[in-house]
Amino acid sequence: MIKHRLFWPLCVLAGLLLFNLIYSPDFFSIKMRDGHLYGSLIDILNFGSPLILVAIGMTLVIATSGIDLSVGSVVAITGAMACLSISRSADQNALMTILIAVASALLLSALLGLWNGLLVAGFGIQPIIATLILMVAGRGIAQLITNGQIITVLSPKYQYIGAGSLFTLPFSIFIVAVMFAAASLLTRKTALGLFIESVGCKPTASRLAGIRSRTVMLAVYMFCGLCAGMAGLILSSNVSSADGNNAGLWYELDAILAVVIGGTSLNGGRFYLTGTLIGALIIQTLTTTIYMVGVPPEITLVVKAVVVLAVCLVQSDKFRGLLRGRGGRGKAGNYPANREVNPHA
Amino acid sequence: MIENEPMLRMTGIHKQFPGVKALSGVNFRLFPGEVHALMGENGAGKSTLIKVLTGVYTIDAGRVDMNGQTIAVHNPQEAKQAGISTVYQEVNLCPNLSVAENIYIGNEPRSLGRIRWKEMNRNAERLLQDRLHLHIDVTRTLQSYSVAVQQLIAIARALSVSAQVLILDEPTSSLDQSEVAQLFKIMRKLKSEGLAILFVTHFLDQVYEISDRITILRNGEFVGEYMAQDLPRIELVAKMIGKELSLLEQLPKQSGEGAERCAEILLEASRLGKRGSIEPFDIRIHKGEIVGIAGLLGSGRTELARLLFGADRADEGHVQLGGYRGMMSSPRQAIDLGIAFCSENRKTEGIIDDLTVRENIILALQATKGWFRAISRKRQDEIAEEYIRLLNINPPAPEQLIRHLSGGNQQKVLLARWLLTEPGLLILDEPTRGIDVGAKAEIQKLVVTLAEKGMSVLFISSELEEVLRVSDRVAIMRDRRKVQEIQGGAARQSEVMQAIAGGEQR
Amino acid sequence: MLKRQYVPLLVTVGLFILLFAAGSFRYTGFFSLQVLMNLLIDNSFLLIAAVGMTFVIVSGGIDLSVGSMIALTTMISASLLQQGWPPYIVIPLVLSLGILFGTTLGAMIHYFNIQPFIATLAGMFLARGLCYVISINTITIDNAFYTTMAQTKIRLPGNTFVSISVIIALLVVALGIYVAHYTRFGRNTYAVGGNEQSALLMGLPVARTKIMVYGFSGLCSSLAGVVFTFYMLSGYGLHASGMELDVIAAVVIGGTLLTGGVGFVFGTFFGVMIQGVIQTIISFEGTLSSWWTRIVIGVLLLLFILLQKLLGERRLAERS
Repeated sequence: MIKHRLFWPLCVLAGLLLFNLIYSPDFFSIKMRDGHLYGSLIDILNFGSPLILVAIGMTLVIATSGIDLSVGSVVAITGAMACLSISRSADQNALMTILIAVASALLLSALLGLWNGLLVAGFGIQPIIATLILMVAGRGIAQLITNGQIITVLSPKYQYIGAGSLFTLPFSIFIVAVMFAAASLLTRKTALGLFIESVGCKPTASRLAGIRSRTVMLAVYMFCGLCAGMAGLILSSNVSSADGNNAGLWYELDAILAVVIGGTSLNGGRFYLTGTLIGALIIQTLTTTIYMVGVPPEITLVVKAVVVLAVCLVQSDKFRGLLRGRGGRGKAGNYPANREVNPHA
Repeated sequence: MIENEPMLRMTGIHKQFPGVKALSGVNFRLFPGEVHALMGENGAGKSTLIKVLTGVYTIDAGRVDMNGQTIAVHNPQEAKQAGISTVYQEVNLCPNLSVAENIYIGNEPRSLGRIRWKEMNRNAERLLQDRLHLHIDVTRTLQSYSVAVQQLIAIARALSVSAQVLILDEPTSSLDQSEVAQLFKIMRKLKSEGLAILFVTHFLDQVYEISDRITILRNGEFVGEYMAQDLPRIELVAKMIGKELSLLEQLPKQSGEGAERCAEILLEASRLGKRGSIEPFDIRIHKGEIVGIAGLLGSGRTELARLLFGADRADEGHVQLGGYRGMMSSPRQAIDLGIAFCSENRKTEGIIDDLTVRENIILALQATKGWFRAISRKRQDEIAEEYIRLLNINPPAPEQLIRHLSGGNQQKVLLARWLLTEPGLLILDEPTRGIDVGAKAEIQKLVVTLAEKGMSVLFISSELEEVLRVSDRVAIMRDRRKVQEIQGGAARQSEVMQAIAGGEQR
Repeated sequence: MLKRQYVPLLVTVGLFILLFAAGSFRYTGFFSLQVLMNLLIDNSFLLIAAVGMTFVIVSGGIDLSVGSMIALTTMISASLLQQGWPPYIVIPLVLSLGILFGTTLGAMIHYFNIQPFIATLAGMFLARGLCYVISINTITIDNAFYTTMAQTKIRLPGNTFVSISVIIALLVVALGIYVAHYTRFGRNTYAVGGNEQSALLMGLPVARTKIMVYGFSGLCSSLAGVVFTFYMLSGYGLHASGMELDVIAAVVIGGTLLTGGVGFVFGTFFGVMIQGVIQTIISFEGTLSSWWTRIVIGVLLLLFILLQKLLGERRLAERS
């Protein structure tokens, strides 16, 4: 039981919820008002949905032993793009307008993902470096689209994406559910998941087994861009506006954190979408909790730092060795001659 | 030669790793002014011995004396201080630093903490000119020079700390003929200056050209120390390969029915070659034939296989296979043409550690089907069950992570992976290395059965007996060249060994 | 003959001259010594932080904690000064904190094999969060020493002036160049970045070098924080937000290879100056908006990364 990879993340989540329950007994209460459900738990799911989306895409990228730093910028760009095309149209609430805006924004986000993929798989640039480019330039592009202002749209139909509700639940939860299901099906019902894990774990061996690793990488970065795009739509529609400067700020870091908490190693290989989901929920619950307790919300950062460190240390072999009382000293593992070397490399 | 006292003497060296005895009771002597070749096949213990000498490993038992005094080195720095310097096969210098820095870094001339660049460059130039006859711009980065020059710079670094013992670990493996000649000229010069040189190489010609003395190791044990001029090549090869008595049951004789089966040509390569890796070669493989590749490590056997599979790209020649004629541009193309390849590097190029046995088995088949047409889980389970039973994979647990399996069982999983793609040609590079005798026999038997069913096999192994037993025909490689082909049935061990050794018999 | 390793550096310097010349042709009043000096005045803290970052990147790592460390320094300085601590205690204190912070990160990276990206990410969260633990509001500084430092103009010939911060920044750059090229620590940093395994086999103190590199970066960012405090005369948790990206971009545009082993502090200087010139041009243009800076910097990043990739591949092709 303790060995199960979801055990510790679930414990943390349960612990957080328990703390909330003790601190504010009506934390779990869910009320029905005007045909909508209200309550802290619903809020966590609702506000956490953009992060969950971004983290789903990030999980797959990290599984190929890559990373995507540009998701925050992509969130800002797609939000800006959608709001711009809606605000330009004559009838901001026309269904066609909304559909075109959403479709073009999503297409753009997929293209941005493809760009990252091309740099990584096509040019062979390290993922951190390749996606750094879009991370830096992307904010500028978002502001270029919004012309440096906050574009506000008056469109109840657009607002529905992020703030509407379906069957008494926030609509964004359904988007997340669909995307999560899509990602799970795509990776577990097709062979994509197997290829991703294989490429992330051993690129050379995968190539020799006949896997087209470039195509896999392209697809994964594109999917990650698309996820970030959806998150961008939810965020901007929720507030009916687009802010090129601040939308999606630090999302890349939160998403990476969620993935790592969920048990996917930054070295690539095995990935766990359910783990990521729990990781993202932990982060969101933490934020909500800190708000509720009345501590300045910015202090969440300190807690996040501690979590990152703890997770990294737990994943570090040397640290575990240290805990078990036999440190990493004396082993000659650092010398290249000791490692199995491939003479053809 | 005057038989004076050895400069370095290693006696009764034992080194044990978890599960493996890497060295047991090895002796080694190194005399000043002499080149001493350390010979042995894979797993003989050469690299372990060198690592012991350079302080990367500590020994479990035994003694190391240097100039009559017992020494104990615990890390490369201590070895260096003791006067033992090493130049590795893959140049272990910093490509981004200048030549002069690579020679002196960590030991730069300084005043008040400030590095005196001019003096360092001057010293480097002088060192390279005087001792290695190398006239180059020492302020340029290391990476702007060829591997051969880098190798010499590495030697210069070793010399700069007034080394007495110089270890050259396969320095010639990536050099061409003229570069080797240059290196040997310098080795002779250093030798005449009284340096003791330990030389490791896989090229027999080079051993006889440069060495005075030869020590042979096999399976971590000391076979013997000989003067080079007194040891005929064929005997050297015999001692390296060993004549281990077979624990394997007798396999059906190949040659008889082989001739009938081998009518149709499956694959033909002509003038296929890659500069710096393997000389152009021709090879023809018939349907249902087992072609063995014999040769020492580094003779080009793996390179040959990799060109056929498209793992490396050839730069001349072509392959004819079915209706296709051209070069293999990628493993993917080769797989689509019905070729399968089990790499000798099982750990880095074979298994995917994070995946289960089942996933590792279906990987190549799934790759040919593409990502969308997934093999159903039910079918996957059936396949895994079937092959686990067929190949007797132990433990018979398809959901076990492959990294928890023993080497032999990992190898069987890889075999299963490729058999599943029903290849026309199966290339096996050292399929039985590092696995236990039982699994070895099973794999050999399987290969023969497969050929009987019409599959062609290219069988590469450093164990001569194994190659001879399994193959219909044996191609012999020496010094990155295909030198001869011998019919399997007729091939006698001595004949093949002679071809591997090359040169005239002494 | 031109050595290959100097190509990116020359491109950087050339680009700076080109941009400055273009600005001078297009706008009246652009071509003056004071515009050049203003580049230094407005970017002195960036320059200081970038020197530290250059060492980290040359060693093959990365440091994301730079911006937050600057913010934390302004915050600690401001709150201590508010409580009446004298500057001659506050400044050494924050500088030592910077070294301690960096060294700790370096030790974690080396001893626990944590990726530099992740370890310094945690450092970034921590430093930023600690700012808010101190206060979530701006703390203004009215200490006489700080205001003097902020307002003193050093007259230079040609009727121009610079601030004291500029002098500090230039000293740091000079020190950086010296350390990088004339000390063992500097050369070891290049060796570790070139090939860590080789460096180990060559008997170099890899652990010490790696840890010291992050310590040095911590020192530089806290010094940048001190200079930033002179510039802003306040402490605030949102100060220097996202500045780590500007710093990394400046280092890369300055010709340092993000994969480590190659780079020049001198190039970093021009990397910072290029960013400054772009900003100046955009402010002179008037109609162009500030976000163009980010886009242009992104494009430059791309070009430099591709250039380095190209040079690297040419090198490999030539050798084999």
